Amino acid sequence: MSETPATEPEPGQQSAGDGVIVTRALTKRYRGGQLAVDGLDLAVPAGSVFGFLGPNGSGKTTTIRMLMGLIEPTSGSARVLGRPMPRSARAVLPHVGALIEGPALYGFLSGRDNLLRYDAADPTADPRTRRTRVAAALDRVGLAAAAGKKAKAYSLGMKQRLGLAAALLQPRRLLVLDEPTNGLDPQGMREIRSLIRELASDGTTVFLSSHLLDEIEQVCTHAAVMAQGRLITQGPVADLAAGTRGRLVVTTPDPADTARILKEQGAADVVIAEDRVSAEPPQDRDLAEVNAALVTAGVRVRGFGVERASLEDAFVALTGEGFDVAG
Amino acid sequence: MSQAEAVRTSTAQAQAVRTPSVLWTFGLLRNEMWTTFRRWRTLALLGVLAAVPILVGIAVKIETGDRSGPGGGGGGAGPAFISQITNNGLFLVFTALAATLPFFLPMAIGVIAGDSIAGEANAGTLRYLLVAPAGRTRLLLTKYATVLAFCLLATLVVAVSALTVGALLFPLGDLTTISGTQISFAEGLGRALLIALAVAASLVGMAALGLFVSTLTSSGIAAMATTVGLLITIQILDQIPQLHAIQPYFFSHYWLSFADLMREPIYWDDLVKNLGLQALYAAVFGSAAWARFTTKDIAS
Repeated sequence: MSETPATEPEPGQQSAGDGVIVTRALTKRYRGGQLAVDGLDLAVPAGSVFGFLGPNGSGKTTTIRMLMGLIEPTSGSARVLGRPMPRSARAVLPHVGALIEGPALYGFLSGRDNLLRYDAADPTADPRTRRTRVAAALDRVGLAAAAGKKAKAYSLGMKQRLGLAAALLQPRRLLVLDEPTNGLDPQGMREIRSLIRELASDGTTVFLSSHLLDEIEQVCTHAAVMAQGRLITQGPVADLAAGTRGRLVVTTPDPADTARILKEQGAADVVIAEDRVSAEPPQDRDLAEVNAALVTAGVRVRGFGVERASLEDAFVALTGEGFDVAG
Repeated sequence: MSQAEAVRTSTAQAQAVRTPSVLWTFGLLRNEMWTTFRRWRTLALLGVLAAVPILVGIAVKIETGDRSGPGGGGGGAGPAFISQITNNGLFLVFTALAATLPFFLPMAIGVIAGDSIAGEANAGTLRYLLVAPAGRTRLLLTKYATVLAFCLLATLVVAVSALTVGALLFPLGDLTTISGTQISFAEGLGRALLIALAVAASLVGMAALGLFVSTLTSSGIAAMATTVGLLITIQILDQIPQLHAIQPYFFSHYWLSFADLMREPIYWDDLVKNLGLQALYAAVFGSAAWARFTTKDIAS
């Protein structure tokens, strides 16, 4: 596609600095007067795996629905692949695979027939390659063996996989995945995560909403946090987590000596909890030297390491509250 | 081959792959028809419709078997043409259509039309069709075309079932029109087909009404019930003499005009009025459905 002349108004051909998703003061007020999304300025860089975080009711799904042209914003604008939504839906959406609020299937159709139907709904999908593409998508999510089964007999995990397969019917530039690992067992979650990484390495931008912080941490390069319809923060995951620094943790039978030496080495905020001593790591020293100092002083060390600040810590630091708060 | 040429070739290839054929847009219609007509529910509705002529045919056969007199008597009561069935099985087609048109046929249409959009919304599949992107106008037209195809198919199922039962249980031959003239069996068959088409066309307005109702709600059951409820209400109002000033605007008012196709010469007035009224309903409720569906927030 890179050969396509720049004069062609192709969706996805953006000038430098333009994100795959860009919203300006995007706002949705429902008829009841409830403000679901309030002045959202989102910028999803091309090629990123973008985690979209927030408690239930924080406006994530409403935002996704506006991005996909399913609901009209009350005010503000949204551009997807460089084009305004929902106006350019027919040009943009063939390049977008989406899983919104869980899978929705025709129970009376087989898994394969479900995909054939969704593919037929796309007027840019070539009917000559439909069956092969459907078979490839089923294979990719590990459903090839159950393709002929009626969808109503599928388990929740299988339905989720079929929904993902529908998003992968064509090569996409953007994947919007709303809670893609919902209902999957740990093995299935791992598979989906590696699938997401694989897609991202092919250059597909992945927009991933989740309430599982560790999931976001594991796969996402960027993240945004929403609460009560507002964007709290967005940026590279490393930067977000850096707001709260990791802590040095030493497990030892000699906690008092450990605390003294750590202080000598320049560590701040030393806390002793039984055989566990934690501290803010010293700014200007190599942790190997800190460890060597402990050993030289005859301190017996069972464990030594840095507990990375989690996104959850960052989230709590940002909002001052727990994550699982229903807005 | 120069590099520029190579670039041009690959661009051309990319565009060849990417430029969709206009015909591809009908893939959804084909899929919709296939999905609708293999559905167990659709087949059950068609089965019920096919059973009506069988029941009527058997009932008439038993009735006349008991009397064993020529001409049977007992005319007047029951649907039009019923007294003539024993003389000519072809009349079972007209009888069956007259018996199913007031309720069975439109009820079946109400179920299919009412469920068309609302059922997809209820199952959540609507959002995936729209994100595919099916296009709202395209999806609505596809749904309406499928409902119209169902109108035609349902009517033909009644007619063919009636013709089969009529041929099995009763003699066939030349028949007498309402005007008292004789027409050949072949022409009678032609008239039967014409009548079936007129009956199918009578359902066009009802189909548009059902489609509109279907865009108002995201409950398939509610849409079906509302559409069938409207049908019953209109049928009742059409019987109240005090309302005769507005009755010509009820979509069911001229439904039985198809009987005029059995006159010699054919009496077209009411048939044309019926077609005009159906077109009006299709235009009004089709536009309303379009206006509603293309601006609706899809929150299910």
